[in-house]
Amino acid sequence: MAEEEVKFKVTIDGIPVDVAPGTTILNAARQIGGDIVPPAMCYYSKLEGSGGKCRTCLVKVSKGSEKDPRPMPKLVASCRTTVMDGMEVQNITSPDVLEARKGVVEMLLINHPLDCPICDQAGECKLQDLSYEHGVADTRYEFERRTFERIDIGDKIQLHMNRCILCYRCVYVANQLTEGREHGVIHRGDHSEISTFIENALDSDFIGNVIDVCPVGALTDKTFRFKNRVWFTKPVDAHRDCPTCSGKVTLWYKGEEVLRVTGRKDEYNEVEDFICNTCRFDTKQTSDWVLEEPTPVEKESVITANHYAEFNPPPVIKENPALQVANAEQLARTEKLK
Amino acid sequence: MQSLSNRKKVIEQKPMNFWERIYLPSIVKGLGITIRHFFKKIPTIKYPEEQRPYSKNFRGQHSLKRDEQGRERCTACGLCALSCPAEAITMTAAERTKGEEHLYREEKYAAVYEINMLRCIFCGLCEEACPKEAIYLDGPHVTADYLRKDFIYGKDKLVEPVFDIKKLNQENTN
Repeated sequence: MAEEEVKFKVTIDGIPVDVAPGTTILNAARQIGGDIVPPAMCYYSKLEGSGGKCRTCLVKVSKGSEKDPRPMPKLVASCRTTVMDGMEVQNITSPDVLEARKGVVEMLLINHPLDCPICDQAGECKLQDLSYEHGVADTRYEFERRTFERIDIGDKIQLHMNRCILCYRCVYVANQLTEGREHGVIHRGDHSEISTFIENALDSDFIGNVIDVCPVGALTDKTFRFKNRVWFTKPVDAHRDCPTCSGKVTLWYKGEEVLRVTGRKDEYNEVEDFICNTCRFDTKQTSDWVLEEPTPVEKESVITANHYAEFNPPPVIKENPALQVANAEQLARTEKLK
Repeated sequence: MQSLSNRKKVIEQKPMNFWERIYLPSIVKGLGITIRHFFKKIPTIKYPEEQRPYSKNFRGQHSLKRDEQGRERCTACGLCALSCPAEAITMTAAERTKGEEHLYREEKYAAVYEINMLRCIFCGLCEEACPKEAIYLDGPHVTADYLRKDFIYGKDKLVEPVFDIKKLNQENTN
């Protein structure tokens, strides 16, 4: 007799959902989707052991379970807490949670340089979104921010330790996708910093993925450095026949030129498939790729500026041959005067 | 058809009388009005030599500002271009190299910064969007020109000239 599948019933912000035992509250909320999903800076579903570092996903458990209905004494990190049958969770409906999240954002921003105008991640930065939604406009911190020199990890990746929020995602990528641990966090507490051992250049086919997993602008693509702002480039889904990875990527176009290649990210900013360094850094010609469609972009995102859902959007102005001839003549006249 | 406003008047036209027919009184009357204006206050001014006071929030030609050490403030963050409703602004960023610290304030700067003055509607949104206080629409009117290409203002026209903050302070205090 096949055992009946056990499902736990959880209520998040009043919305019930049935999930398998062992699911975390965060993943249960993601099954519902929408506004009630707690933000996550460090949790990454594709990386084993990630989560529990940044505390932005704090939620309030107002009822522990059906058997033990007492609420949990403190706010819990939803990415690390598994659900119980009959659990009731409050996320955006609880003022405590919002208040705590505000505090967490303030803590994350204590040492952040706030150099968004320079940072290449601006526009797709999760910390920007988070502080825009939950943060306060000014800081209460009166001391010098910790500063580091920027480090080149290999010739394609740049580390701005100033911007790092110590989410450990890149460390897990380096540990889980590559052989040999060369990337880690050294020192403790306030002094901790992401580093490779004696600034080793990391040479692994998949090390470029640390750029994609980084929720802030700490690890950025050197081949894209200062090329353009994210919101002036247009993302297009494309694929190619790659011997090492799945080859499914997003190309970021400016005009005819591919400025940047990244993995395809979903709504939680997690890549579908990790891509290899050849795809990311070396193949930046349209001829290398088979284009699929412009990447769907969230309506609120800044990247929607000038973004169309199809390759050749219908013309806004009706074609007028007489006007085209006149314009060509005028252009010729101006050229002569130059 | 009946008029909607009921204010329609039918104008009577009569043949001109003797005085009207010789025209001279009308000419003298008209000339009188003209001569009277010679002694009135002139409502116009001689523009380029003489200028009316401008409103404090008048928005004229853009200028890219320098900081107190004479370094360019703009970091080519692109927020002005993003906020521009007329899409008049374009820029290309470049990285500051060693030895250029006295020229540019941040590690990134605008190598090319162009505003198409024919597109610009002088709304001032770029000024509002700028996080570095680098662009202000505090210049004079944008002057007329003959060719379209001359209306694309580059950094040569936009960046304000280098100034000495100490001298300016002294002049202000004196």
